Amino acid sequence: MITAAIGQPVSRVDGRKKVTGGATYAAEFDVPNVAHGSIVRSTVASGRITVIDSSAAEKAPGVIAVLTYRNAPKLAYAEHHGTTDPAVGERLHVLQDDRVNHQGHPIALVIAETLEQAIHAATLIRATYASEAGAIDIGGVEPVPPTGEASKWETRRGDPEKALTSAEVKVDNSYVIPRENHNPIEMHATIAAWDGDRLTLWDKTQWVDGVADEIAAVFGIPAENIRVASPFVGGAFGSGLRAWSHVTLAALGARVAKRPVKIMLSRREMYYGTGYRPHTVQRVALGASRDGHLAAIVHDAYHETSGYEDYTEALLDATRFLHSCPNVYTRDRLARLNVHTPTWMRAPGEVSGVFALETAMDELGVALKMDPIELRLRNEPEQDEYKNLPFSSRSTKECYRIGAERFGWSQRSSEPRSMRDGGLLVGWGMATATYPMNFAPASAMARLLPDGTAEVAAAASDIGPGTWTSMTQVAADALGLPIDQVKFTLGDTSLPKTPPQGGSMTMASVGSAVQAACRKVREDALARGGANDLAEAMRHIGEPIEVTVDSKPGDASQRFSMHAFGGVFAEVAIDPDLGQTRVRRIVGAYGAGRIINPKTSRSQCIGGMIGGIGMALMEHSVVDPRSGRVTNANFAEYAIPVHADAPAVMDVTFVDEHDPHVNPLGVKGLGEISIVGIAAAISNAVFHATGKRIRELPITPDKLL
Amino acid sequence: MHPFTLERPRDLSAALAFRAQAGRNDAAAEYIAGGTDMIQLLQEDVRKPERLVSLAGVLDDGIDIGPQGLRLGASATMAEVAAHPGVVEQFPVISEALFASASPQVRNQATMGGNVLQRTRCPYFRDVGYAACNKRSPGSGCAAIGGENRWNAVFGTSDNCIAAHASDLAVALVALDASVEIRSATGQRIVPFADFHRLPGDTPHIETVLEPGEVIAAITVPAHPVARRSHYLKLRDRASFEFALVSAAVALDIDGDRIREARVALGGVGTKPWRVPKVEAALAGAGLDPEVLRKAAAHAVEGAQGRGGNTFKIELMQRAIVRAVETAGGRA
Repeated sequence: MITAAIGQPVSRVDGRKKVTGGATYAAEFDVPNVAHGSIVRSTVASGRITVIDSSAAEKAPGVIAVLTYRNAPKLAYAEHHGTTDPAVGERLHVLQDDRVNHQGHPIALVIAETLEQAIHAATLIRATYASEAGAIDIGGVEPVPPTGEASKWETRRGDPEKALTSAEVKVDNSYVIPRENHNPIEMHATIAAWDGDRLTLWDKTQWVDGVADEIAAVFGIPAENIRVASPFVGGAFGSGLRAWSHVTLAALGARVAKRPVKIMLSRREMYYGTGYRPHTVQRVALGASRDGHLAAIVHDAYHETSGYEDYTEALLDATRFLHSCPNVYTRDRLARLNVHTPTWMRAPGEVSGVFALETAMDELGVALKMDPIELRLRNEPEQDEYKNLPFSSRSTKECYRIGAERFGWSQRSSEPRSMRDGGLLVGWGMATATYPMNFAPASAMARLLPDGTAEVAAAASDIGPGTWTSMTQVAADALGLPIDQVKFTLGDTSLPKTPPQGGSMTMASVGSAVQAACRKVREDALARGGANDLAEAMRHIGEPIEVTVDSKPGDASQRFSMHAFGGVFAEVAIDPDLGQTRVRRIVGAYGAGRIINPKTSRSQCIGGMIGGIGMALMEHSVVDPRSGRVTNANFAEYAIPVHADAPAVMDVTFVDEHDPHVNPLGVKGLGEISIVGIAAAISNAVFHATGKRIRELPITPDKLL
Repeated sequence: MHPFTLERPRDLSAALAFRAQAGRNDAAAEYIAGGTDMIQLLQEDVRKPERLVSLAGVLDDGIDIGPQGLRLGASATMAEVAAHPGVVEQFPVISEALFASASPQVRNQATMGGNVLQRTRCPYFRDVGYAACNKRSPGSGCAAIGGENRWNAVFGTSDNCIAAHASDLAVALVALDASVEIRSATGQRIVPFADFHRLPGDTPHIETVLEPGEVIAAITVPAHPVARRSHYLKLRDRASFEFALVSAAVALDIDGDRIREARVALGGVGTKPWRVPKVEAALAGAGLDPEVLRKAAAHAVEGAQGRGGNTFKIELMQRAIVRAVETAGGRA
């Protein structure tokens, strides 16, 4: 029996819990005798603590302990670089010495009976610093190559400089994306509780196993001694991929206080205590023949990172294969500053690099007087010219065709400022989207019960895409059961190990493991129960049977270049006098392999589109270049789209794509690609509307006056 | 957050006594009404009163419209005033300014008195991680000057402070020649709204003419022909729930195609709600021709001082005036 649960627009199985308050988030776990921690953070970006006076805080009502570098236990901080940590550098150590590396560096932890008492006592701590000049302003430092293998950050094929010089048509410009913060609704929070040498962490994270491994290394204890639970996450967008210092501080505080400790970051602290999308500066030069064939691409970028870690992301990856071009040069460099380390934020690297590349392609189209879709079609590659591998599947042409059709692109008049609606200028723009198919080893458990129902589990995480639901569908499909007879569980290190929920790899990785486990347990049951019907077989067996299966990718990545692709289209309306831009429509067509749940998939995509509107028009962590403090570290002045900014039309199409190579489920992932290209499509639409090319995001009214 | 005692006085005179006792010492006692701004200031450690004196239930929350004009009790909420049919019809600029403010949740909670007394959004005032803020710690300096000043004022600034006043409502009120009824233990006084807020000068921490022991009891707006044909235009980075980059409150008395009388005030640009009388004078007797309006609006820039990040406001506010006048005049 096949239930065909895959492909159905199933509503979220955890939806009722979420809207009725029944879903428990990290800070909400009711842990008896919990004390509250408040972190004191530095107000200089670089230097040493000369005096730290905690005497008033220690005497404040309710205070249990105050930890500073002078009295905090020394931690092991064993060598550990998880897959979500920068490969080069050493993570921030907290309360181990007098060094201050960035604004908001934790310098003390107060533990008190109540949250209010902890917060108050934290304000009583007085620190003085021997401040050092440091480097804060990205404009004031010379970018340097990242440490390590040069081939990762500098590539060359053909002779791009020569080809650019001799190209018939050229565009050569610089694109700037400021620092952006993830700003999930739920602030990061951790509750830590020790039981002898065993530690339990209730944490907001995208990777329970990663938190266990990191905290094990920090405290020098076996990871098996640590349980991490994170069943629900109120958004993260990448901010929960690493275990940040507050997780260490919660565990440290709990050890010193000898009772459970809870730490929840304030909104302001979210701009100092977790990472962010780095400020990037990218030069893109394109050379082409008059008939629109790319002759040269030069993509030369740098971005901010901390003084203690080399954060690098896939800024240039798409440039190397997205469009066909014989001569390509890419280089990424780092501006090392006295800031904290940036981190993965939705489509890290790709969304920034593709913004620059796809805006430059639009500029080239303008220079050539060629329709932007036609320009891309003329440069459609036969294969991945960087890896010299065929694409496992690539639906760009289909995405352009369907997207253009649904958008009505053929009605576009190409001249800037030529489309109007009353007093408003109307602009239509498009861009290509791409994101790699990532597939990592994962495990899953499937258990059949005598009543014919099933329990399925994997560590995993659900930061919003609907993993609770989509995994239930995959399991039901493989088991041949209706979805209401399958109970899926995630978000706990007691469950089989999985990779982080990042890089759009959850369905490929965890989904493949869930499918394999469910198929195996079904086969086992039918064989052992001696029946062709699962329910009958289980009645015969009369006891639960269970399997845990490990799934891992094969060698497809050596034979194929595997990516999701899309074509995205945006319409903007701009008030030419007031510089106000509103996005009216976004149409996206995606070739993303098999779609497990069209409803949650569409939600993923419209979420990405709205995120892209934020990136294009408003998001910007404004760093004071003198102090390094984020001046708009709150939800009033750091603008993200509100409902009124979301267009009425967000049209999502998944083109029919069957890719047998990527993974057993044939999925490519959607979390990241859904934001890629949106900012470029919007900025290209802004140019089409106004004739003004804004190369520094966000496109705020002041830039259009 | 500093620990405080919440006082819930039973009547106004008891409420007034707390603050009269405290004198100029804000740290001793402060009032809280809707609390939508005060709670933020407490949480961010910007304000640290020992006593928080609740005004809930002790102030007038009425909205009255009569031949004399409009009277807004200090406790009336933003939501109530914004949706009041008489306000919508006869004083649209007030309703529009309120609907353009904050979010429905905030408007349900926040009051008239609290709205005009809300503190600046200057990021350096709101972040105690900066030592320098003359408004927060008198004499400590101004980190905003030479800093990220996109949100700051271009009018009425001093070497000590460039913080912009954040209220939309206040911009509409100053345009309509409103007054503030101030109550104290000894009686009542009326202050023109235009004189209610003070320029920062050397004392940016003193923002209004309220004396210790005084509260806003009501705001009155006189009946006047301009009020009915009035409009509030608010410009910002996103469509809603954001403070103004620039805003314009405009009220017109129009005779045929000619403006008989105009009132124009600006928000987001001044250290207090900023009336531009020279623009009003230039509009008086003018038609609604775009060129004429642009010339009139150009008078707004007198005395404006941009500091880099906020210099664009000088151009944007002229355009905002033109658009708001066109809209109020039925031309946009």
